[in-house]
Amino acid sequence: MSGGTQGRAVFSAETAADRVVPPTGFTARLTLFAAAAMAFLAVFALALSLATGRLADRWASELARTATVRISTTQDQRVAQTRAALKVLETTPGIASARALSLEEEQALLEPWFGPAMPIASLPVPQLIEVIEDENGYEAEGLRLRLMAEAPGAVLDDHTRWRRPLVQAAERLRTMGWIALALIAATTGAMITLAANAALSANAQVIRVLRLVGARDKFIAAAFVRRFTLRAFSGAVGGTLLGMLAVFMLPGASAEGSFLTGLGFQGLHWLWPLSVPPLAGAVGFLATRLAALRVLKGLM
Amino acid sequence: MIELKDVNYGYGGADLLVGASLSLGAGSFHFLTGPSGAGKTTLLKLCYRELQASSGRITLFGQDARDMGRDDVSDLRRRVGVVHQDCQFLDHLSLAENVALPLLVSGHASDPGNLKELLGWVGLGDQAGSLPAELSGGERQRAALARAVIMSPDVVIADEPTGNVDWEMSQRLLQLLIELNRMGKTIIIATHDMNLIRAAKAQVSARVVRIKDRRLQIAGADL
Ligand SMILES: Nc1ncnc2c1ncn2[C@@H]1O[C@H](COP(=O)(O)OP(=O)(O)O)[C@@H](O)[C@H]1O
Ligand SMILES: [Mg+2]
Repeated sequence: MSGGTQGRAVFSAETAADRVVPPTGFTARLTLFAAAAMAFLAVFALALSLATGRLADRWASELARTATVRISTTQDQRVAQTRAALKVLETTPGIASARALSLEEEQALLEPWFGPAMPIASLPVPQLIEVIEDENGYEAEGLRLRLMAEAPGAVLDDHTRWRRPLVQAAERLRTMGWIALALIAATTGAMITLAANAALSANAQVIRVLRLVGARDKFIAAAFVRRFTLRAFSGAVGGTLLGMLAVFMLPGASAEGSFLTGLGFQGLHWLWPLSVPPLAGAVGFLATRLAALRVLKGLM
Repeated sequence: MIELKDVNYGYGGADLLVGASLSLGAGSFHFLTGPSGAGKTTLLKLCYRELQASSGRITLFGQDARDMGRDDVSDLRRRVGVVHQDCQFLDHLSLAENVALPLLVSGHASDPGNLKELLGWVGLGDQAGSLPAELSGGERQRAALARAVIMSPDVVIADEPTGNVDWEMSQRLLQLLIELNRMGKTIIIATHDMNLIRAAKAQVSARVVRIKDRRLQIAGADL
């Protein structure tokens, strides 16, 4: 039997070739239930992965890789401390560049608040240094201490840094979601293997008769494989639909963008859970086929 | 077609068969006889590779039984029709489905007309839809014979096919096997029914092989 015809036969109605194995109500129901439950869990793991992925991306893009050093001191100290601060910054690992803003630039920054006529040079406006970090980032506490020693009037303002652990947490959650999905797939495979093994040993006499009348292992395996593939698939259809309904009924993402309210699918992501039933069918197919061929090889 | 040479076989303990040699040529007709428990069924199982010899050489259609893979064994069983002593049906399938099973598992289409004719031939035309459990022992044996010949095999092995049927029916079954032999099939029948053997010998040149004291002997006229 070629792979193609076997693949098609998997989804056709029960044929004479399927009837050679007697129906087993109990294993069938257990397999359906297990596949449905696993699909339900898979939908949630998928929602978690996609939502945390979304959060991680958004937060990461908001994480500007810039910080500011503000130097508030007396006018006569200003130039010396700025130079000292720049020297510290240039020798700090993790900083790509540090540049003191010119008077004109500072004026441009303040203009929206005070208007163009502001005589900035005569005011005690702090000197600003724009710091751009490289991809490794710098160690903020160490930098603060060194600045304090070299330029007492320098204050490091890294307003967006607090988000970094959040981004990491979101990325971890996303990874855990994928791991959960892999575990769910593996567990489904293990359960179907157990169910298939039970069905194979319950039908030892049937298999014996089939072998006696000239059935090849492939034919016998296919009869079991079609059953379990169909059960895994249809159970997963039910579980997936219920899971999607449950995710749909979660509170929607609110404007505040709080983490818990963002857990769901958005837009095209709703198509992702539709891949769960075919995957469950594929897991059922492989698990049963491997179990059947292994068991059959062990028989006389 | 089937050749055993110096074959020994035992189920774990002492050897049941010792130095068994037998050659079933194309178109030959053999009876295998011996007391109950002598090893008739065992010898037949060696012929369709349900069992493998502990020593000696078995050649099935030119192939050493030892070298046969699992698919080779399946192919062998499509060329050898077997009437098992215990019938070996699938209890959840109807009689007609059981009889047509060899066609199904080998991917052949079954022609309903032919199937009906075959069932009529063994006198089971009206029982096609019955489950095996609803049939008498004799009816099951007739169905087993129908299943054994449905693939038009080169060799028919029948293990006490008349064990559960009355004399008239056993004559009819014998007639069917003789007919198959005349069509060129190789036949071997295990039985301890001497009357059956005599009836057959009147019509075909059948050889009688006997298992005695773990050894195979060609029986002479003394049976
Ligand atoms: N699977 C088996 N395991 C162990 N002993 C067996 C097995 N099958 C048959 N035997 C023994 O082998 C002997 C021969 O059995 P069998 O070939 O069925 O004889 P027959 O068909 O001539 O009556 C019997 O003593 C029987 O108990
Ligand atoms: Mg016997």
